[in-house]
Amino acid sequence: MKKTSSLVLGLLAACALAGTTFAAGGTPEPKKVDFSFDGPFGTFDRASVQRGFQVYREVCASCHGAKYLAFRNLLDVGYSEDMAKAIAAEYQITDGPDDFGDMFERPGKLSDYQPDPFPNDNAARASNGGAMPPDLSVVVKAREGGAPYIYSLLVGYDEPPVDEELRAGQYWNTYFDGHKIAMPQPLYDDMVDYADGTAATVEQMSHDVTTFLAWLAEPAMEDRKKMGLGFMLFMSVFVVLLYLTNKRIWRRVKDGYSPLVDKE
Amino acid sequence: MATGGFKPKNKAVRWFDERLPIFSLLHGSLGAGYPAPRNLNYFWNFGSLAGLMLVVQLVTGIVLAMHYTPTAAGAFDSVEHIMRDVNYGWLIRYIHANGASMFFIVVFIHIFRGLYYGSYKAPREILWMLGVVILLLMMATAFMGYVLPWGQMSFWGATVITNLFSAIPVVGDHIVTLLWGGFSVDEPTLKRFFSLHYLLPFVITGVVILHIWALHIPGSNNPLGIDVKGPQDQVPFHPYYTAKDALGVGVFLIFFGLFVFYMPNVLGHADNYIPADPLVTPPHIVPEWYFLPFYAILRAVPDKLGGVLLMFAAVGLLFAVPWLDTSKVRSAVFRPTFKLFFWLLVVDCIVLGVVGANPPEGAWILVGRLATAWYFIHFLLVLPLLGKIEKTRPLPASISEAVIKKDTGARPSATPAE
Repeated sequence: MKKTSSLVLGLLAACALAGTTFAAGGTPEPKKVDFSFDGPFGTFDRASVQRGFQVYREVCASCHGAKYLAFRNLLDVGYSEDMAKAIAAEYQITDGPDDFGDMFERPGKLSDYQPDPFPNDNAARASNGGAMPPDLSVVVKAREGGAPYIYSLLVGYDEPPVDEELRAGQYWNTYFDGHKIAMPQPLYDDMVDYADGTAATVEQMSHDVTTFLAWLAEPAMEDRKKMGLGFMLFMSVFVVLLYLTNKRIWRRVKDGYSPLVDKE
Repeated sequence: MATGGFKPKNKAVRWFDERLPIFSLLHGSLGAGYPAPRNLNYFWNFGSLAGLMLVVQLVTGIVLAMHYTPTAAGAFDSVEHIMRDVNYGWLIRYIHANGASMFFIVVFIHIFRGLYYGSYKAPREILWMLGVVILLLMMATAFMGYVLPWGQMSFWGATVITNLFSAIPVVGDHIVTLLWGGFSVDEPTLKRFFSLHYLLPFVITGVVILHIWALHIPGSNNPLGIDVKGPQDQVPFHPYYTAKDALGVGVFLIFFGLFVFYMPNVLGHADNYIPADPLVTPPHIVPEWYFLPFYAILRAVPDKLGGVLLMFAAVGLLFAVPWLDTSKVRSAVFRPTFKLFFWLLVVDCIVLGVVGANPPEGAWILVGRLATAWYFIHFLLVLPLLGKIEKTRPLPASISEAVIKKDTGARPSATPAE
């Protein structure tokens, strides 16, 4: 049974094929983009995450929520405690009821979550021509194509081909499935002022906000890869020891010794 | 199970063992008291790996259940809570989610090993059939587990699969209502799936114990497929196969770790990170990869009831394999034509998997039907006929003779030395 590996490989190939087929269709593959978090050793570029958070706050957040983003999470991407507290305090959070049974507004704290831009889904739809702007907390994991797709979508706005007609509230995006997207082009050059002086081109902002969203979707990624490295190093040594142990135990049997018959 | 004659050296252990012979049981089932054929190859590792995966899934699942909320409003949030706020929650969840795939990979290889070496033939029919029961239970468990995160694919997968039962005449609609706990997939469905997803692994554990019990009556089959003739054909399970299984576990954990640590979502669907929405149907509703061949068989038939019956028949058929295969020779090593058909079946199953992953349009429909037809032809025609007409190679006289004569200069251990 030497073709053994073909079985395993075949199964894997089947999964791989199964995976790729979803991307097929009329829409082009996402652009090839390099991200700091790519590969087995990739990490989130802190400066890029912070710039991306700025883009999110100043642009995306007017329509898109990020309900799993707690302000305490900002400490993980290089914000100092004071900075994170200051950012939280910019938001008004509804708290309560107080001792008199009344709800009240107070500035946000580290333990609070990013408030949603709309009180409910119906309000969100009403403000967006009937389309629901999705929550962005896990959007990078929730789209086939992941981070490169999100990036491509943000830079993929274009004039529609002459034979295509757009209804009101529809926009043309090269990378969107079906091309007709309800979100108008969100980013234009110099829309935000980066504190670190980085030029705020559409590409740069798209790249930064995608990095931010990738972190938000998978905040434990760095821990995961770090633990993975330790696991792999340990296991490769351990497997060598297991191999040598097994080899030694079997050596005499391989030479013809029968432990249940031949007495020592 | 040869438990007789085992005397623990430690006095306290012996005292206990005389009253409850649990040490004798271990000694006789996994220890030095269980003789196994000396020529088992690495394909015999997958049984212990399947056992390992059952334990991994149980342990991680029990921890996940401590943090999970089985409500339509809370399920998705609680999974993200596990991923973000529970200590090492991401690790436990990724082990569990990928563990399901690993469990199926291991079990599929285990099954194909049984098919290749004729491990289902007398006197191991019950052993094999218990294995098929385990496979069915695993499929039910995995399906219900995939519903629990309450993402889009959870919801729509549950809708499509539970709807299949409505094809059954007369009682179909009642069964579906019972599965749903109402008139659509909703919170009652999620709650009963969670309850059953927690229960079934323990049922699996029970059947696994029976499976191992049934294994220990005749003992393991082996790559030559011939019966053990005497102790010279065997080695004690411990330390020989414990060491070999440990090596297998080590290599397997590296493979497992690649998924958990470096591509934890590659086997899943992006759509399942979108919270369930009964008003939005995803463009492609596709089951997890391990169900794809069965999904392809389901869709190969234009009639709903026919498809459902054929899909269940594809698994149910396996119960009859010990009697469908008429060959007296177990191992494919001595059945040159069967060997070809075996690999054709493997390819056929992979083709079915690919078909299942693709939308049922164009050439995929034809390929799916041909592959489905071949699957049944293999079991219902090829296996019975081949056993009658195939010219098999001569079998060796014994395992020890076949294995030891390869090494020139080694003494034949059939003759007791000293």
